[in-house]
Amino acid sequence: MTLEIIGISVLWLFLFLYVIVASIDFGAGFFNAYSAFSDKQHILTGIIQRYLSPVWEVTNVFFVFFFVGIIGFFPQTAFYYGTTLLVPASLALILLAVRGSYYAFATYGAKIDHRGYIYMYGLSGLLLPAALSPVLAISEGGFMRLEGGQPSLDYWALFTSPLMWSIVVLSLAAVLYISAVFLTWYAHKAGDVKATQLVRKYALVWAGPTIITATGIIFELRGHNPEHYASLLDLWWMFALSFLLFLGTVFLIWKKRNYGLAFILLVGQFFTAFFAYGASHYPYLLYPHLTIYDSFTNESMAIALIIAFIAGLGLLLPSLYLLFRLFLFDKDYVKGKSDYHA
Amino acid sequence: MGFEDTALMSRILTLMTLSFHIIYATIGVGIPLMIMIAQWVGIRKNDEHYILLARRWARGFVITVAVGVVTGTAIGLQLSLLWPNFMQMAGNVIALPLFMEVFAFFFEAIFLGIYLYTWDRFEDQRKHFLLLVPVALGAAASSIFITIVNSFMNAPQGFDVLNGELVNVSPLLAMFSPAVPTKVAHVLSTAFMTSAFILASIAAFRLLRGSNHIYHKKALFLTMKLALIFSVATAIIGDFSGKYLAEYQPEKLAAAEWHFETGPEAELVLFGVLDGEEPKYAIRVPYALSILAHGVPSGEVIGLNDFPEDEIPPLWIHYLFDTMVTLGMWLAFFSFVFVVGSWRGWSLVKQKWFRWLTVLSGPLAMIAIEAGWWFTEVGRQPWILRGYMKTSEGATASGQVDLMIVLFAGLYVILGIGTVVVLSRMYKRNPVEKELAQRESSKGGEES
Repeated sequence: MTLEIIGISVLWLFLFLYVIVASIDFGAGFFNAYSAFSDKQHILTGIIQRYLSPVWEVTNVFFVFFFVGIIGFFPQTAFYYGTTLLVPASLALILLAVRGSYYAFATYGAKIDHRGYIYMYGLSGLLLPAALSPVLAISEGGFMRLEGGQPSLDYWALFTSPLMWSIVVLSLAAVLYISAVFLTWYAHKAGDVKATQLVRKYALVWAGPTIITATGIIFELRGHNPEHYASLLDLWWMFALSFLLFLGTVFLIWKKRNYGLAFILLVGQFFTAFFAYGASHYPYLLYPHLTIYDSFTNESMAIALIIAFIAGLGLLLPSLYLLFRLFLFDKDYVKGKSDYHA
Repeated sequence: MGFEDTALMSRILTLMTLSFHIIYATIGVGIPLMIMIAQWVGIRKNDEHYILLARRWARGFVITVAVGVVTGTAIGLQLSLLWPNFMQMAGNVIALPLFMEVFAFFFEAIFLGIYLYTWDRFEDQRKHFLLLVPVALGAAASSIFITIVNSFMNAPQGFDVLNGELVNVSPLLAMFSPAVPTKVAHVLSTAFMTSAFILASIAAFRLLRGSNHIYHKKALFLTMKLALIFSVATAIIGDFSGKYLAEYQPEKLAAAEWHFETGPEAELVLFGVLDGEEPKYAIRVPYALSILAHGVPSGEVIGLNDFPEDEIPPLWIHYLFDTMVTLGMWLAFFSFVFVVGSWRGWSLVKQKWFRWLTVLSGPLAMIAIEAGWWFTEVGRQPWILRGYMKTSEGATASGQVDLMIVLFAGLYVILGIGTVVVLSRMYKRNPVEKELAQRESSKGGEES
């Protein structure tokens, strides 16, 4: 295994973790807003405050970890992606600010129950994946021009690309699906029958769109980036495995059984698909300009980063374990029997 | 937009984000220590007031942290969005502390979540107190790592440039540049000092606004004692910072002091206006600049005449430097009078106007922080990486930065107003008297 592969694997893993934890966060906010809109409020609000409020800052760090890490391991990405993503990334920052400030002002602070804020918070959960996921389309190549050595984004090509829109739709469907499956489990653990029924329904509703758009993207790629499409097909067995895991989740949710296992299978489904996609993208970070080899940092920095990563992980894993034990696996806390907020 | 223009726009947006973020960052680094001390005192003295103090501070703190997370994410991403050329180069040499900073923050965020949501969850109070230790350590560590990156920009080392390529990179050498000791110490001590003054301001304000509760008096005295300790530490570290500048960034010191000719027995120029190369209406302190730079009156201080015209920082940083130093001195003096006065029972410290001065000290400390950061950043110009890359070379080529300035300005205004409104509403709805009464009644009045 080369240093380049180690570097990109670590980053890809953290991006995957971000996709999962952020999806839970984004989707929950949307469902919350939706139930406020259809006057089913307070079914989900309690769950959101009990689980999301303590961990959202941790969720956000996964994202920061990814973009700081990629600059560390692959500094040249700063040049290509940094220059071209100014507008979409800035919009994403504004949306993240909406979410952060909702936690700060509405749940920690004065307990503002303003509807407009709940809607904004919910909407930002959908707009964020829509703002972030086009980066995946950009990485397929064809949307970036080099003028006088400076990269710039071809917005027209991007916004008229079916590939970009399929990725956006997939990201939305996936966010809602992942979130609904997780919340089904969490609400069930909390013993909240009404909430469980509601989010279980959402999970079943969003399962279909998720798998259809995911399959659709593979076919979009055939036209857009045949090279990538070919290497995707080489990994067909991983996608097949992912599909089986998907069926397992849907089956369990359908049968109202083992919601915990259903969520684990879902993580497995996304893990295999995410890594199969990542592996087929190899070695490109940006078709055709940038590979993990020509953008890699120097050897001493790479080794230093990997050592720091291992040391950091040694600190992080026990802390994360403690966090989840207290807020996810502690029955009394999850059931809302006691409030220990400062 | 021309190339120079985008560089200027990028500078404006970065300045805006940093100026806003530093308020939350300073509070974020300093307050955990204050909460820790209050909670510790409370446990040791078995005094409910200090425990409640810690708890109420923690409630406000979490709001500022959440906003700080947002602005911190913004600056983290903007570094790559606005300065892609710089980050490409810096990524090769100074990525290690940036990476470690994320871990430190990770650590802090996890334990902050746990700490906040586990009040009274443990039988033993001390267990809960222990959860605060990683929060304070993580906060301090992330500020240390990020200051290390800033130090590198001021005194880069740990690499060689061969035909435009970076070679012989040593991440550890780059991390421990000569700027690190003074900068890190300065950032930490001023964060503690400013946080203490801000909390003192709040307590003094409550006392002025009619509440005569002993709770506020305890809070005020505790925070002013801490403020004094860290003000003195800051003054001492500031003196070392002067010596660092004289040795490694003499142009910054010379520009700050309007010191044009290299020479010994240099005088310190305070305030004034510049007429050509002649400061007018200024307060001049003989030998003081030589002492600041080298510790002896005969020390030779390098002047601006030793630098090429286009490598001299803008001379208006003089006022930033003066603002920072004057406020720092005043705050050290003021907290000294306060603490001594309280010990010796001077009636002065209970005067209304003196209380108002105490209220003012928090905002003044924050202004000093802003002036200090503006000074160090503008004082590094024209360089983004001193001696290697000019700021204009590091900037993005994207033409949409001006639009982003408008967008983020709006965001920061909303976040700033939101913070103030939410904090004041939160404390107003639940005043300390009410909370103390509730706690006592729920305990069944077992103690007074």
